[in-house]
Amino acid sequence: MAINLKEMSARPELLVGGHRSCAGCAAPAILRQALHVAGPDTVVGFATGCMEVSTTIYPYTAWRVPYIHCAFENCAATVSGVEAAYRVLQRKGRIPADKKINFIAFGGDGASYDIGFQSLSGAMERGHRMLYVCYDNNAYMNTGTQRSSATPRGAMTNTSPNGSIISGKQQSRKDLTACVLAHNIPYVAQASVSNPIDFMRKVARALEIDGPSFINILQPCHRGWGCKPEDSIELARLAVETRWWPLYEVDHGRWKVNNKPKTVVPVVDWFRIQARFKHMVAGDRDGILAWHQEQVDKAWTELLEKEEKSQ
Amino acid sequence: MNKRVPLTGNDAGAEALKDVNPDVAAVFPITPQTELMHQFASYVHDGVVDTELILVESEHSAQSACFGAASAGARTVTATSSQGLLLMAEICAITAATRLPVVMPVVNRAISAPVNIGCDHSDSMFLRDAGWIQLYCENSQEVYDTVVQAFRIGEHKDVLLPVMVCLDGFIISHTMEGVELIGPEAARQFVGEYDAAFRLLDTAKPITVGPLHLTDYYFECKRQVVEAMATARRVIVEVGKEYGRLTGREYALFEPYRLDDAEVAIIALGSTCGTAKVAADRAREKGLRAGVLKLRSFRPFPGEEIAEALRHVGAVAVLDRSISYGLPGGPLFHEVRSFANGGAVLVSYVYGLGGRDITPSDLQCVFAELAARRQSGESDGVFRYIGLRES
Amino acid sequence: MSELLGWKDMPIGGIIFESGSSQRYVTGGWRTYKPVHAQDRCVHCLRCWILCPDSAVLVENGRLVGFDYDHCKGCGICARECPAKCRAIEMELDR
Repeated sequence: MAINLKEMSARPELLVGGHRSCAGCAAPAILRQALHVAGPDTVVGFATGCMEVSTTIYPYTAWRVPYIHCAFENCAATVSGVEAAYRVLQRKGRIPADKKINFIAFGGDGASYDIGFQSLSGAMERGHRMLYVCYDNNAYMNTGTQRSSATPRGAMTNTSPNGSIISGKQQSRKDLTACVLAHNIPYVAQASVSNPIDFMRKVARALEIDGPSFINILQPCHRGWGCKPEDSIELARLAVETRWWPLYEVDHGRWKVNNKPKTVVPVVDWFRIQARFKHMVAGDRDGILAWHQEQVDKAWTELLEKEEKSQ
Repeated sequence: MNKRVPLTGNDAGAEALKDVNPDVAAVFPITPQTELMHQFASYVHDGVVDTELILVESEHSAQSACFGAASAGARTVTATSSQGLLLMAEICAITAATRLPVVMPVVNRAISAPVNIGCDHSDSMFLRDAGWIQLYCENSQEVYDTVVQAFRIGEHKDVLLPVMVCLDGFIISHTMEGVELIGPEAARQFVGEYDAAFRLLDTAKPITVGPLHLTDYYFECKRQVVEAMATARRVIVEVGKEYGRLTGREYALFEPYRLDDAEVAIIALGSTCGTAKVAADRAREKGLRAGVLKLRSFRPFPGEEIAEALRHVGAVAVLDRSISYGLPGGPLFHEVRSFANGGAVLVSYVYGLGGRDITPSDLQCVFAELAARRQSGESDGVFRYIGLRES
Repeated sequence: MSELLGWKDMPIGGIIFESGSSQRYVTGGWRTYKPVHAQDRCVHCLRCWILCPDSAVLVENGRLVGFDYDHCKGCGICARECPAKCRAIEMELDR
C-alpha cells in the first residue's frame, strides 16, 4: 500500500486534540498514523500507560474509534476477547458477514516487554487477528521514568541512577522484537517515529494479515531521555542512523532491512544529546559506550545476513 | 419432559453452559475446576455449542479476555478455583465496575499456603468486595439451575453485574448425583437473546471503555454498583420464582429449613447446608427444635431478611468455611452479626478449611451446644472451631 | 462541583459515549511559543501534519492552511521537522 499523505489528510482525524500528553511527546502521532491507515472500522485496545491516561480523562476522550482499556498487563488478552467476540458474533449473524474490523492493541515498553509480556505472548501464540504495537520509550515513563527491560545498558533512570558505586542500568536490553518473532507469527517489524511513512506502510501490511502481527516502534520520551521537546523526532532519527534501532520487517519469514544508513554515525553521537547517558559520555568508566558500539555493529551484520539468507 | 441424569457438579455446570450456549468462553485449567472446562471444550469441539473458546495462558488473561469479549457485546463465561481466582482478582473488580455480566462458576478451593486442593470458601470470600454477585450451591442440581439463572440475574438491565456461581470443590464438583435438566431449548428461551448494554464493536458509535476517572467522577461509579447490588436482591428473587414456574424448583436469596418453630439454627453456605439439614432432622428426633438457614446469595447480602427469618430463634451458629486473620470468626459470621437485632445468641464456627470433612455428628454437637447456650444465655466464647486439633 | 453529573445521571461503567469529546478541552493554554506558517515557503509535504501529536496542523485540499491554536501545545515538532530547504514554520513567543 502506497502511503499518500494528501489523501489521508482529507479524511477525519480519529485521534483528536485536547488530550493531555506532554507537549512534544510524539506518541500520539504514532496513534494518529496507525489510525489514518486503519480507518474508522478499528477497535483500539490500550494497556495502562501515558497514552491511556492522557487520551481518556473522563468525561473527555480523544478517540473517535472504539477504544478499550482494562489494566496494565493485559492489553493483548483483552483484545483477544474482543476479537473472539467479533468472530462469534459475525458467525451468529449479529455483525454483517462483510464487515471487517481491525484490532490494534497498543502498549508501552513497560506493558509489553515486562508486565504484559505473558499476555502478549499468549495472544500471539493463539493466533488472534490482532496487530500489537509496542511504543518503546525505553522505560516506565508514565510513573516517572523507572528502568524497564527495554532500558539500554548504562542509561540513567530514577531506579537506575548514576550513583557513586553503581552507574546507570547494569543489564542489557531485552530484544522484544526477536522474542515476538520466535512465536512464528506472520509479520513482525521494527519502526521509528522518525519514519512515519515506513511505519504506516508496516501498519497497512500488518492489517492485511489474517493472524497476529507485531510492530515495535521507537518513541523517544523527551522527559525521560532528557532532551528538548521538539527534538523527539530527531532523537528517533539518530537512533536509526546509528543503527542502534534498525528498521526492518520479517514478513512470513522473509527479512527486509528497510533503511540502510549510508554514512555510519557512531552511537556516541546519539548518546551525547540525551541526559540519560550524560555520565557515560562524560567518562565511560565501565566501558559501556564501547560495548554498545560493538553490540550495534554485531547486530547490524547479523541483520544483513538474515536478510540475505531469507531471500 | 425434563431429563434426569447422573452428573457431578462440574458436569452440571458444563451442562448448564452448554444449554445456554454463550458466545465466548475464556478458560484456564485449575483443580478442581478442570472437568468443567474439559466437558465444555468437548461441546465446543463436537459442535454442540457455537461458543468461541479462548484457551488462554492464565486466569488473569481469562478474566481479561472475558472483559474484552463482554465489552464487545458477547455473552461471556469463564470458570476457575482458588489461586486462579486470586490471580484474576484484579480484573474481576474491573469487570464488575465496568458492569459486564460475565458468568463464572467458582469451584471453591482453599488458597495457598500451604498449597491445598480441598474445599473451602477462602477463594470466593477473598473477592467478596469485588462487585460480583455470589450465589452458593448446595448440590449439583443447584449448580445447573443457578448457572442458568445467573445469566438472567447478571444481564438484567438494572443489575448488569458479573455473577459467581460457587460450588464446593470435590464435595460437589466431583460427586455424582441425579440432576434434572431443562435442556437447551428451554434454557435458551429462559435466558433469551443477549442484548448487551453497550457494544464496543459498533464502530458507527465509538465508545471509550475503561477511561481514567479522577476525583471528580470515580466515587459516583462506585455508588452505581451499590445500587445495582441492591436491585440484584429483588432480581434474584424474581428470576428464582420464574425458574420455579418453569421447573418446579423455586429459588430465593436463602432457603429456610425447618426454621418456623426452631429454637436453635445453623446458617451456612454450600454443601454443608445439606449436612446441616440431616443434623437438624436428627436433633429434632431427639426433641431439639433445630433448623437451618441455607444462604444462597452472599452478595448481595440479604441481612434484614436473615435477621427477620431468625428473629424467633434463641441461638444461632454461623458456619464459616473461611477465616479472617486478626478478627475472630469468619466473614459470614460478622455479616450476620451486623444485622442481628439483639435476641439470639450468635456463635461463630470456623470449620472445614483445606477440605477437612464436616459430618452430621459434628453439626449435631453444634446444635447441642446451641441448646445449652440458649438455656444459659451464655454469650462468652462465641468464636469456635470445628474439627481442629487444639494441642 | 454542582455542574457535574450525579451518580443517577452518569452513564454506567464509567464509559464515555461521546467520541472525540476531548476537543472540548482546550490545551492551547499550555503554549509558550506558537507555530507560525509562512505560506510562501511551504511545499506542503505534510510532514508537520503527520507528526503533530495534537492533531493541530490544519490541512485543506492537501495544503497546510494553519494551526488549531485551541489544541496546539507549542511543542515545536512541526517547526523542527519542517524540511531544511523551506523552513516554512517558525516558533514565535505567544501573547
